[in-house]
This record gives sequence, C-alpha cells and structure tokens, in this order.
Amino acid sequence: MLDGFLALYIFMLAAFTGYEIIARVPVILHTPLMSGSNFIHGIVLVGAMIALGHAQTPFEMSIGFIGVLLGAGNAAGGYVVTERMLEMFKASKPNAGKEAK
Amino acid sequence: MAWLPVVIKACYFLAALLFILGLKRMSSPRSARGGIVWAGVGMLVAVLATFALPDLHNRGLILAAVLIGVSAAWWSGRRVAMTDMPQMVALYNGMGGGAAAAIGAAELFSYAGRSVTLLDGGQFTANGADTPGTAQLVLAVLGALIGSVSFSGSLIAFAKLQGWLDRRFVFPGQRVVNMLVLASAVVLGGMIVSGQLSGPLIVAFFVLALLFGLMMTLPIGGADMPVVISLYNAFTGLAVAFEGFVLQNEAMIIAGTVVGAAGTLLTQLMAKAMNRSIGNVLFGSFGAAGGEAQAIAGSQKPIEASDAAVMMAYAERVVIVPGYGMAVAQAQHKVWEFAKLLIELGVKVKFAIHPVAGRMPGHMNVLLAEAGVPYDLIADMDDINPEFPQTDVALVIGANDVVNPLAKTDPASPIYGMPILDVSAAKQVIVVKRGKGTGFAGIENALFYADNARMLYGDGQAAASELVAALKTLES
Repeated sequence: MLDGFLALYIFMLAAFTGYEIIARVPVILHTPLMSGSNFIHGIVLVGAMIALGHAQTPFEMSIGFIGVLLGAGNAAGGYVVTERMLEMFKASKPNAGKEAK
Repeated sequence: MAWLPVVIKACYFLAALLFILGLKRMSSPRSARGGIVWAGVGMLVAVLATFALPDLHNRGLILAAVLIGVSAAWWSGRRVAMTDMPQMVALYNGMGGGAAAAIGAAELFSYAGRSVTLLDGGQFTANGADTPGTAQLVLAVLGALIGSVSFSGSLIAFAKLQGWLDRRFVFPGQRVVNMLVLASAVVLGGMIVSGQLSGPLIVAFFVLALLFGLMMTLPIGGADMPVVISLYNAFTGLAVAFEGFVLQNEAMIIAGTVVGAAGTLLTQLMAKAMNRSIGNVLFGSFGAAGGEAQAIAGSQKPIEASDAAVMMAYAERVVIVPGYGMAVAQAQHKVWEFAKLLIELGVKVKFAIHPVAGRMPGHMNVLLAEAGVPYDLIADMDDINPEFPQTDVALVIGANDVVNPLAKTDPASPIYGMPILDVSAAKQVIVVKRGKGTGFAGIENALFYADNARMLYGDGQAAASELVAALKTLES
C-alpha cells in the first residue's frame, strides 16, 4: 500500500512544510505555536486506537489501553491549552492604541 | 462496503490538510485563534474515522480510554493558571510520547507473540496478519525509543517547572553513564530488529529508553527547560511519524513529520534567542562551571513607590520590562492598570519583551495578553533596544538576567553573549524586585548597582498596587 519510496517522499515534503510554516513566525507566537504543534501530534491517538483495536492478549490490550489514554490526554490537553492561549490575542481598542508609537 | 475504506482514507487526508492549514493560521496573530479550531476539527474527523475502521476490535475499551483521557486532560487544561502553561505543555507532550512508545510496544509484543507461536518455522506468517518487514521493525523500534525518551524526559521537565524537583542531579562521569545507557538501548533495539523478538528483551529495551530520557533531563537546569520541552515536542512528532509508518497511517506520518520539523526549527530559534546551541543546553553545564563571580562595585539604591510614580508620571517615554517575577506575583493586571493611568497622563508607554522572558519564548506575551495589554503596545527586543537612549524611565518588574549588562561586558559570566534589553541606556531605571537575591540563573546583576538605577523593593503585585495608588493621589 505504502511502498518505501512513496513514504520517503511524504516524509520529505511534510518536513519541508513544517519547516516553512515556522520559519516566518513572530516570537510572540512561539509558545502558542509549540503548544499548537503539541496538539497536532495528538494524532498519535488514532495510532493508539488502531493498536488497541488489533490487540489480542490481555497484556497487549493493557498496553494499548494506556496508549489510548495517553494519546487522548495529549490531544485534549493540547487543544484546551492552545485555545486558551490564543483566546488572548486581540488588537488594542482604538482609544488605547493611539498613544502607542 | 468497499466504499468505507475510501471514506476513511479521505477523512485522514482531510485531517492532514486541516492540520497543515491550522498550523499555518496559527503562525500569524490575526488568524491564530481560528488555526487551532481548524486543527481541532481535523483531529475530530480523524478520530471518528478511526472508530469506523471495519477491522477494529475492543471498541468499548477504546471508547472508555478516550473518554477518560479526554475528560482528565480537558479538566486539568481548563483550570491551570496561565503562568503554569509551560509545564502543562510538557505534560501533554510527554503523554503523546508515551502513546507513541505504547504503540511501538503493542506492535513489537504482537510480533513477538506471533513469532513464538510459529517458533518451529521461524517465520512471521501467523494468522494471515502482516509480516513485519525490516523497515517496519526498524521504525517501530526507533519510534518507541524516541517516544520513550520524550515521555520520561517531558515528565521530568514537568516536575522541574512545577517545582517538585528543584535540584539538578549531577555526578561525575554522568555523560559517560548516559551514553552507555543510550548505547545499550540502541544495541537491544538492534537485536530486536535482527529478529530476536522475545518479551524480556523488549521490556529491557523500554526500561533503558525510559531511563535515558530520565537521566538526560535530570541534570538540565530550570532555565533551559523551554528549549528541552520544545526539543521533546519535536521528538514526539518524529516518534508519531515513525509509528505512523508502522501502522501505515498517512495522517500520523504527515502530522508527526510536520511537527517534528517545525519543532526542530522552533527549538533552534529558542536556543538562538538564549545565545546557546542545542548541544550546549543538553550537554553543557550551565551554572555548574561557576567560576569567579565578578565583584560589582557600588551599591543598590532604594526608592519609594511614591517617588517612582512621580518620576514616571512626568516622563515622556516609559518602557516597562516585565519578567517572570511579575507573572509569579500575578501582577500583570496591576501593571497594566498602572500603564493605562500613565497613558491617560499622556506618557508614551511601551512594553519591552525579551525573547526568553517568562519561561518560554512568547510566554510573557501570553501573560500580558491575559491582562488585556494590546499586542501593538508590546515591542520585541530588536525594535526597542535603539529606543532606550530616548527613554526617560525604564521600569523593570520581575526581570533580571535578561537586563543584566554583564551579558555584554563580562566574558566570565555564564550568560555572556546572551542578547539583552539595554535598559541601562535609559535615563532612569526603576527595578521592582522582591529582595537583593540573584535571578533564575543565580548571577549578580550589574544593572542594580548602576548610577541611574533605583530599587523598588517589594513583591510585584504589592509594588504595582502602590504605584497605582501613588499615581491616583497625584491625579486627584
């Protein structure tokens, strides 16, 4: 389904995409962005669900269960924290802004 | 139901697209809020699609684990204070690393189980399931290794930032021991890849990998934690991508790789802002080198809040330099109230933020934004430094190392070479500080002894309240 070279191409293009997106980011967004990318690798939840879905022995199932638990925590926690941080970004109201500069 | 797999694949594609677009939107302040929502929709789509996978067993267990994990994290993420965000990011990141490691473990153990049942043949052809190719085994092992290191390392970073672990654990030969632990983990990983899929071997491999993450993070000081967390964030991304290859899941490969690359660059940017290399952060001995602390001539000259308020009320330009001390004292609201009063008096007020103010780059911006400071009043270091000579008063509140002139003048100083905010170039400097102690890095600050500097002793919150009160009596 996914042969080695195709996978390698996906890997290369995705790596460039990630690099380019971050390259022009202002410092004020570094923390929210780290948090946001932390949320995005919460996609590990999907993998953990598949692993638990294929588990057969109780031992494999408990590993898979822990994996899903952790992955769900990563996704949900990452989302909440990022959303709370970004909620605060707003431009100044007109009356406050005119004294700046 | 031949269409179902296609729909699921399409959902994963949509999720990957939404992740990339969401991350792109998050990289600009105007669209950032929408970005996380886009990515969130992508996650929802991917998770729902996974539930629809036809050959998925244990659905009840999966649902239970998802519900428990989501509600626990949602609850903790909602109630945590803004100042504690960095450690929460570390914690959630560690969970992601742990999940990636768990996937690796589950796959390796299931390969091992099948290989035991077919011991006579010595071939992996059990149950009609996929035979693990060498590439798959290598990636499963690599992902598990990186994920485990990220898991235990992030938990240590969390504990350190939370204040549960405030000591640095250093012993002679530490680096050699760490390398030996890593090398043994790699050797065991190699044995697994070469086909020795036995349970005890896999367990030993994971123990060593987790141990390495632990030992690698323990000696790193609190000041460097942001860089470390960012690095582990990239690690987790990479681990997720590798396990994605193992599971043949494109959404995981793309999202994980994007985060791996973005996180690596972000780590470099952070390290650069602190004028340190990543290698130096990980293996350097910051602060441990000690050396001779340069003796500083002069004395710290105190000032009363009322005098400080008058000084600023009649100034033309005031630059406020907030640091983590302000955030800890929860003084950002009071400081903004004070700044608003100054603005009403016609004073030009700006906030100057050092790239590493707070505990992470951008952390201070978030804290100021929480208090309601509009982001166009906030200036970066490069923009504000040329303006200090025209500044009448620089109000340093809870910042220390980022305004220490020794970073420019004393080559023996551990922070030598770190770019700083040139507050000492302002006509007057007022420093709000709790006591006479040293900062986070434990270094004396020459600024406090400068001729144009006055010290306003007190807790950030109390000092800011006094300033506000003094300004109000002045107005009436």
